[in-house]
Amino acid sequence: MPTLPSSLSPSDPARSPLRASESFLHRRALWGSFAGGCLLIAAASSVFVTLGIVYVLVTESMGFFAQVSLLDFLTDTQWTPVFENAHFGVMTLVSATVTVAGIALAVSIPAGLALAIYLSEYARREVRETVKPCLELLEGVPTVVYGYFTLLFFTPLLQTFIPGLEGFNMLGPGMVMGIMILPYTASVSEDAMRAVPAGLREAGYALGYSRFRVAMRVVVPAAFSGITAAFILGMSRAVGETMVVAIAAGQNPNFSFNPTEGAATITAYIVQMAMGDLPHDSIAYQSVFAAGIVLFVITLTFNLIGFFLRRRFKEVY
Amino acid sequence: MVKADVSQVSLPDLAGIVDANRRTDLVMAGIGISVLLIAMSLLAAVVIDLIVGGWPRLINPDFYLNFPSRHPLQAGIVSAWVGTILVMLVTAGIAIPLGVGAGVYLEEYAARNWITDFIEINVSNLAGVPSIIYGLLALGLFIHGFGLGETILTAGLVLALLILPVIIVSTREAIRGIPLDLREAAYGLGADKWQTVRLYVLPAARSGILTGTIVGLARAIGEAAPVITIGALTFIAFLPPSPLQASPPFINFEWLESPFTIMPIQMFNWVSRPQAEFHINAAAAGVILMVMTLAMNGVAIWLRYHLRRQVR
Repeated sequence: MPTLPSSLSPSDPARSPLRASESFLHRRALWGSFAGGCLLIAAASSVFVTLGIVYVLVTESMGFFAQVSLLDFLTDTQWTPVFENAHFGVMTLVSATVTVAGIALAVSIPAGLALAIYLSEYARREVRETVKPCLELLEGVPTVVYGYFTLLFFTPLLQTFIPGLEGFNMLGPGMVMGIMILPYTASVSEDAMRAVPAGLREAGYALGYSRFRVAMRVVVPAAFSGITAAFILGMSRAVGETMVVAIAAGQNPNFSFNPTEGAATITAYIVQMAMGDLPHDSIAYQSVFAAGIVLFVITLTFNLIGFFLRRRFKEVY
Repeated sequence: MVKADVSQVSLPDLAGIVDANRRTDLVMAGIGISVLLIAMSLLAAVVIDLIVGGWPRLINPDFYLNFPSRHPLQAGIVSAWVGTILVMLVTAGIAIPLGVGAGVYLEEYAARNWITDFIEINVSNLAGVPSIIYGLLALGLFIHGFGLGETILTAGLVLALLILPVIIVSTREAIRGIPLDLREAAYGLGADKWQTVRLYVLPAARSGILTGTIVGLARAIGEAAPVITIGALTFIAFLPPSPLQASPPFINFEWLESPFTIMPIQMFNWVSRPQAEFHINAAAAGVILMVMTLAMNGVAIWLRYHLRRQVR
């Protein structure tokens, strides 16, 4: 503590400005560490959410795996949890989940790539600034609204072209979902493309490349890991999407990869079971969490791959 | 070698190559624009389909004031929109302090070590966890673990956890945009870390944080899956107790423990029924839901645009 010149130090020590500021500093330090502690707790809360999810999924499905062998769970092709003779072949639900997500990607990859190339290499800055908010609006539509639209507008529309299409099917929800995740896949891949240094593009132009060649031979290869990340993260979204499939793909477990048939995905099954009032200790209740674990593991795998791919393209430049 | 190549290309050929390149570029731009148009026309089709489908109910004031009913023509959304507002109050009350706090910690306080790295990976992973998994968390932990029941509190809590990553990420981005000079100026005036954050950094990052919060809340309003999973009833023919009362202390929290329904669940309930009359109600509810979310997203987009111009 620096000492004040004697001429400045007041005679009454109790009223010293130095004393006052000391207590002020003390209080301030206390507040500071209190605030820091609160902020740390807030940051740690996100870790507790993850721990909570893992804890719930594991503990609630332990009873399930005590009664159903893992082998049956992964190889059986029937899923009939509330029947007298119950079967728990989760592949029944996985087949529908994969089919719908596959259709969504089949729509989203070419469309998203074309859109991202257009926005990053062709569109003028003002166009890009106008288009991106519009795309965000597409992302802001509640998924239950997309479900209504798919069931009552899009599927009847598809039925006029495809006569054998069932009222509940995997094709319609898959296609709508493909456009639903388009803003996400397009904007993440566009970010990756724009992170490619201008020097690489200029080198391409100096060789006499057209914009198209620069895009396909320089930008896309350079941004490849980021673009892959975009579609892996998009896939993860399609796998976890709930309301569109719960409304428009049907709730009948059906081991099938045929897009014209209806089939319950993992998420649709969880919704269906949650609507009925299941007793807490029944195997049907526990099967919801077992299905949840499969969903969690699939999406976690995609998310981690996507995370590290994205991080890589950020580090390269 | 290079010289020889050039001499072999005659001028008309060069012009032909340039023309061909222009054509490819035009085609590519055309493909990009048509993808964009397809996506936008899907959005337009959704909006038009809903408005046309729900029009008879949308123009009827009873629709906004009636409770759900077995009779499609008498059914309304009053319990749904009131429920949505109350659930959002809880969500905002939990998600904003937690999310902004976590964002501030990660940007301003955290040391660069493996713990921070871990929290970062964790947040970005949480952002990708399907919403229905949060529903399972709530079902297993909040309802069967803590015994909170199928109440407004549980729904608000689970939606808050769901949008936490959105708020954390946007808070961090907003704070990262604040120039270092501002902090140094505050330190130079004798402020400590917390004072700098509270008095200078947070106010400067205010609009960015607000934008992210609105986007997060707009997402929460439209979410049905996690709230269905906790077993929220869909036939609610009463309102939760009012948060305000005439006698002191003027505020009560009984509403937190009330059963409820929200807009997306009410819409899901109607769309799942076989009778076409209920689909009219579903469309009308969908229009209201979209007005809510699109308005919030619109405000957020406008804020961000406004903000960017300010910074330049």
